[in-house]
Amino acid sequence: MTIALETRNLVKRFGGFVATNDVSLKVEGGARHALIGPNGAGKTTLINLLTGFLEPSSGEVVLKGEAVTRLSQHRRVKRGLARTFQINRLFARMTVLESVMLAVCERRELGARWWHPVGSHGEAIDEAACLLAQLRLLDVAHSETRSLAYGKQRLIEIALALAAKPSVLLLDEPAAGVPTGESRELFETIAQLPREVTILLIEHDMDLVFRFADRISVLVNGGLVVEDTPEAIARDKRVKEVYLGEAFDG
Amino acid sequence: MTVIFDGIASGLLLFLISVGLSVTLGLMNFVNLAHGSFAMLGGYVCVVLLNRLGVPFLAALPIVAIVSALVGVALERTLYRRLYGASDLDQVLFSIGLVFMSISIAHYFFGAQQQPLQLPAMLSGQFNLPGLDVGVYRLFLIVIGLAIAVGLQWMIAGTRFGAQLRAAVDNPRTARGLGIDVDRVFVLTFALGSALAGLGGALGVEMLGLDPEFPVKYIVYFLIVVAVGGSGNIKGSLYASLIIGICDVAGKYYIPQVGAFVIYAVMVVTLIFRPQGLFGRTAAK
Amino acid sequence: MTTTTLAGFDPAPLQRQARWQHAEYAFWLLPAAAYFAFGDQLALLSQIAITALFALSLDLILGYAGIVSLGHAAFFGMGAYTAGLMATHGWNEPLAGLAGAAVIAALAGFVTSFLVLRGSDLTRLMVTLGVALMLFELANKLTSITGGVDGLQGIEMKPILGQFAFDLYGKTAFIYATLVLFVLFWLARRIVHSPFGLGLRGIHLNMARMPALGTPVNARLVGIYTVGAAYAGIAGALLTQTTQFVSIDVLSFPRSAELLLILVLGGTGSLYGALIGTVVFMTAHHLLSGINPQYWQFWLGALLVLVVLFARDGVMGGLRALARRLPGAAK
Repeated sequence: MTIALETRNLVKRFGGFVATNDVSLKVEGGARHALIGPNGAGKTTLINLLTGFLEPSSGEVVLKGEAVTRLSQHRRVKRGLARTFQINRLFARMTVLESVMLAVCERRELGARWWHPVGSHGEAIDEAACLLAQLRLLDVAHSETRSLAYGKQRLIEIALALAAKPSVLLLDEPAAGVPTGESRELFETIAQLPREVTILLIEHDMDLVFRFADRISVLVNGGLVVEDTPEAIARDKRVKEVYLGEAFDG
Repeated sequence: MTVIFDGIASGLLLFLISVGLSVTLGLMNFVNLAHGSFAMLGGYVCVVLLNRLGVPFLAALPIVAIVSALVGVALERTLYRRLYGASDLDQVLFSIGLVFMSISIAHYFFGAQQQPLQLPAMLSGQFNLPGLDVGVYRLFLIVIGLAIAVGLQWMIAGTRFGAQLRAAVDNPRTARGLGIDVDRVFVLTFALGSALAGLGGALGVEMLGLDPEFPVKYIVYFLIVVAVGGSGNIKGSLYASLIIGICDVAGKYYIPQVGAFVIYAVMVVTLIFRPQGLFGRTAAK
Repeated sequence: MTTTTLAGFDPAPLQRQARWQHAEYAFWLLPAAAYFAFGDQLALLSQIAITALFALSLDLILGYAGIVSLGHAAFFGMGAYTAGLMATHGWNEPLAGLAGAAVIAALAGFVTSFLVLRGSDLTRLMVTLGVALMLFELANKLTSITGGVDGLQGIEMKPILGQFAFDLYGKTAFIYATLVLFVLFWLARRIVHSPFGLGLRGIHLNMARMPALGTPVNARLVGIYTVGAAYAGIAGALLTQTTQFVSIDVLSFPRSAELLLILVLGGTGSLYGALIGTVVFMTAHHLLSGINPQYWQFWLGALLVLVVLFARDGVMGGLRALARRLPGAAK
């Protein structure tokens, strides 16, 4: 199997604090890979380094065999690396369709076109509508984002990432803040994504992680502790210590 | 030498006026472009006290500061406080509105002409040292400016009020939880900023002149001081004021054709390369 | 991509946005009506058209892309001087003057756009203010080229396209300014409804999210800032050509500040807000400053304070609220 996304000795320091400590992570193509770890382990920092939101202090990020460490965020998106955010980052005063059109137009290289109206790009609209249908958002396509419930907004967050037609999708706690019932549904939607899309998932809910992932990496204090199959992780002593330790602290 | 001395004097005057802006902008996060209006108010109050009521100059200064502070409090209570959470743009528009109003009010009462100010005999004149002409009034400005710089620095870094202010700005909610009366702290700070502006305006009549266009004419200088010095930074404002005062005086003296261009350029370049100001702490976020 | 998945989906609401509404056609009949109704005020009407174009240029960068500026007069002034200098050096054809002004202002906009890409609103306000002040100071000192505080004089314009001479009553000037305004408005309207315009709205609403959608945010901002500068330059050139004079005031701080007020008064991000704001502002200015220039400034200031405190969405916001209340209004 090919490696879709890889980091080599990735380090990120904030002043004296080491948020990412020599992380060498490999995500195989088509994998459902989960990244778990206690609060403050540096999971979101790692995602930010992968997407180019942060620049690493040292080390490399490699996407499908090519180093992308120096590329800006939008260039990485163009190369097939998309993400969602832990806390919704949406366009409150746009309709759902407009939001998704933003991303679809961008992927179709229409983003800089300034002559024909958005509504005249029929193929882009069809594509956006298909995406909305896939995420069961079609009935609210013309509603303003801010008028929707949080669970629906969470789906828009995912729709925006999918609109980039990524080969690697980074999901930063997609179910965060979503009521339990809806989070099941949300994960069913994610599970239906085509197998060509590699997924790296950060998630707190261990139930969801063990049901969804075929590979799990554990991050503690900025460094990778262990990486294995869900079955092996479930039995791993170090992982238990980490999580039980946290439980006692909290 | 004389150029440098004059530069220091005008720098400290600039410091006196703009440090109030540095306080409101840096510590309260309010973009108060109407700061020059408070300085103008101080100037006019001073002129009225001296020329119409015959109050001696030195006695007039504290009155000026108090009147400016009171007006500041009144405006803070009625208007400014509504905009504490507003965007920079809203604060700018709002304070530009106040500037326009203050200009026409000044016009209405005093007309467009420059206001004369007769300094007391003990502050006028100059004495000559070898290679240096010392204007007595300029020396006076330097002394007052330095005294206020030291006093402010002490107040913000060393007193209970200063600590409360910093707490209130960093996190109003937590500060309230700690029993700090945030409203009161903000009012007092705003009053302090206004008083300093008024005082600076009064002291500046002699060197900068005083007419209704004052707030627009000089606001840029105040902004430059804050931009270069780093807002909320007393020492930074002092250094920035000195640099700008000296550059300005020297520039006008040696290369008058360049005018204020250099100073504007310094501001833009500083903002781009060090948005926190030349003397600002490097943000430790 | 089968039609069954999309059953019941109708893209019409998205497509409708770009279509001209009845109210818009009606709006554009107003200049013609004004031409006949206020035939003795054509100079004022030309000023309104020019200022409206200037406000439109600020709306493109502030209302759509969200870039605040306290120094937009820099580009207006550059356009005004470019057109003036071209005319005094023998390039008297008005349309060539507009093109020259647009190019120079666009260049200036392109170069300075890199200064406003980053930073807080406050930094942007002060940087734009600083740039405008530098230009003002430059124009002030280069008296041999600009005439300094005396202004640039001796501008004579040829007839537009060799056909339409500027007349004493300002008829040609008004029609010329209004036509230029309309054409550029129409173009701006296309821009804001295009994918590029949608992207600008996205940047305005959530700048941090855009790179994650694959949008090169900086390139987009540079683009619209350059276009906005060119628009402002053309407005400045129109002022020069219709008044045959360039005052150093074209670069002044009050001009930038007034422009912000006009836009906020009318409402940002709707294009029409810029136009309506200008009409309201200029009419009030004309009526009130006739009584006393100083009072005018007082009311102007008071208006700013009131708008910020109570009517942040401007006239267009009010109209929209009204439209929502009217029975039978289309949603």
